[in-house]
Parts: sequence; C-alpha cells; structure tokens
Amino acid sequence: MVVTASTCRTETVFDYSWMNVVVAYWNRYPNPSSTHVLTEDTIQREVRDGKLFSRRLLSKTNPVPKWGARFYNNVPVKIVEDSVLDPVKKTFTTFTRNLGMTKIMKVDEIVVYSEQKDGSTLAVRRAYISSQVFGFSRAIRAFGIERFKANGNKASNGFNYVLRRMFPDSLVGG
Amino acid sequence: MSSVGEDCNELKQQYDACFNSWFSERFLKGQTDDSACAPIFRVYQECVKRSIKEKKIDLQEIDPIFETGLEEDNAKKSGAKQQPAGKS
Repeated sequence: MVVTASTCRTETVFDYSWMNVVVAYWNRYPNPSSTHVLTEDTIQREVRDGKLFSRRLLSKTNPVPKWGARFYNNVPVKIVEDSVLDPVKKTFTTFTRNLGMTKIMKVDEIVVYSEQKDGSTLAVRRAYISSQVFGFSRAIRAFGIERFKANGNKASNGFNYVLRRMFPDSLVGG
Repeated sequence: MSSVGEDCNELKQQYDACFNSWFSERFLKGQTDDSACAPIFRVYQECVKRSIKEKKIDLQEIDPIFETGLEEDNAKKSGAKQQPAGKS
C-alpha cells in the first residue's frame, strides 16, 4: 500500500552563537514549555570521524483530541532522537521519530542547526507525518501537522528560556 | 530531567554532568578523545538498558544506530529509504 506523508517545514533563528546553542541543547529539559517531557536518557554515544553521534530516548505525554482517542491509549510516547554534531563545520542535525503506534501516526522530524553569517543560529525543522489508518489518514495527518507547528513554537520558546538562563550575556547583536 | 529508570537518576545526573563539561571544555575545542566519561557512561548504560528491558520498550524496530540517511556517507549506504512515499 502507498503511505502518504504530509510534510511541513519551519525555520527558527536563535540569537545565540552555534556553540551556545549546542551546549544548551543537551540541557533543554526541563523548561517551563516542556512539562510534557517526562524522561530523557542517552542510550548510545560515540565520536566517529571527529563528529559526535548520540542516540537519546525520550518519553512524553501526548494529549490527543477526543476523536483520536479511539486510536490511542494514553501511555507516554517513546521517542528516539539521533543526532550528529560536526564541530568543524558547525552543523548539528537531529533526527527524531516516535516508537510504536507508527501505523496510526508516524512522525519523522529532522532539525538542522547551523551557524549564520551574523553569528546567530538557524534551525530548519522538517517533519514527515504519515498515517496508515484507513479512512482517517488525512485527518490524522492534518492533526499531526497542527501539533507539529504548536510543538515547534513550544520547543523554541522552551529552548530560548534555557539559552537565556545559561547565557544571559551572549545575545547576538542585542 | 529524570531517567526512564527511576533507579538510574543518580547515575544519569553524574553522567550528564561529566558529558556537559567534556562537551564544552574539550570536544568543542577540538579534543575528540571521549574516554573521560566512559566509565560512568558504562555504569549508567547498564542501569538504563535494564530499565528499558523491564519496561518492555522495544528498540528493535528502529534502524541500527545512525543509519538515518542524514549524513552524506550514510545517505549513500541506506539509499532513499527515509524518503516519504508521497506528499500532499
């Protein structure tokens, strides 16, 4: 069967250097916008070819709309986040997907953090959302996209909060 | 932040503290030797792996580590399998 995926792309600029962003990244949780994140663990990590590879396991609560409850039970969702950090090129790429229930809704998210000319950091966030629930796929994907956007705003608010706390003086150009 | 294993919290905090200082003081300054936190990472991993097993979290369905198709070299290996089948 053909699985249709919806895609979504957002860009966020963090007014912090790439170095500050990647240091703060590992300390993103907890923050006031991330109360849905329950646990966070590093389950694999290595340096290869001068790059840092990490795999982390996160669990989150995942509120769903009433009409979606028939497809979900409300146990915490497990999320695996792989990342590659290249300190020379100053790029940091994260690849995140949910575990289990992927027939209902599978969300693959890729975020690339890179240094901009003015010294700030650009995060390009892309998501691929697919569902195999017959007859409901479009509705579920639309829901997934709305949630992706809302979660993205929440995530950057939370990240900015952590950045401000860790690096109060290093706002780029302001 | 808590660990998935309630009894791993302390080890996780110790490891995170070690990692954070290694990451900013050494790795970002060009030192790629990562042996500094290896001992604590090993102990923490034993704990967290045990907990993942107890909670029956199935990590089998995910690709082998870092075959994500993100990196250019990985992209060559894994081909287009991460590409979405369609777009709407």
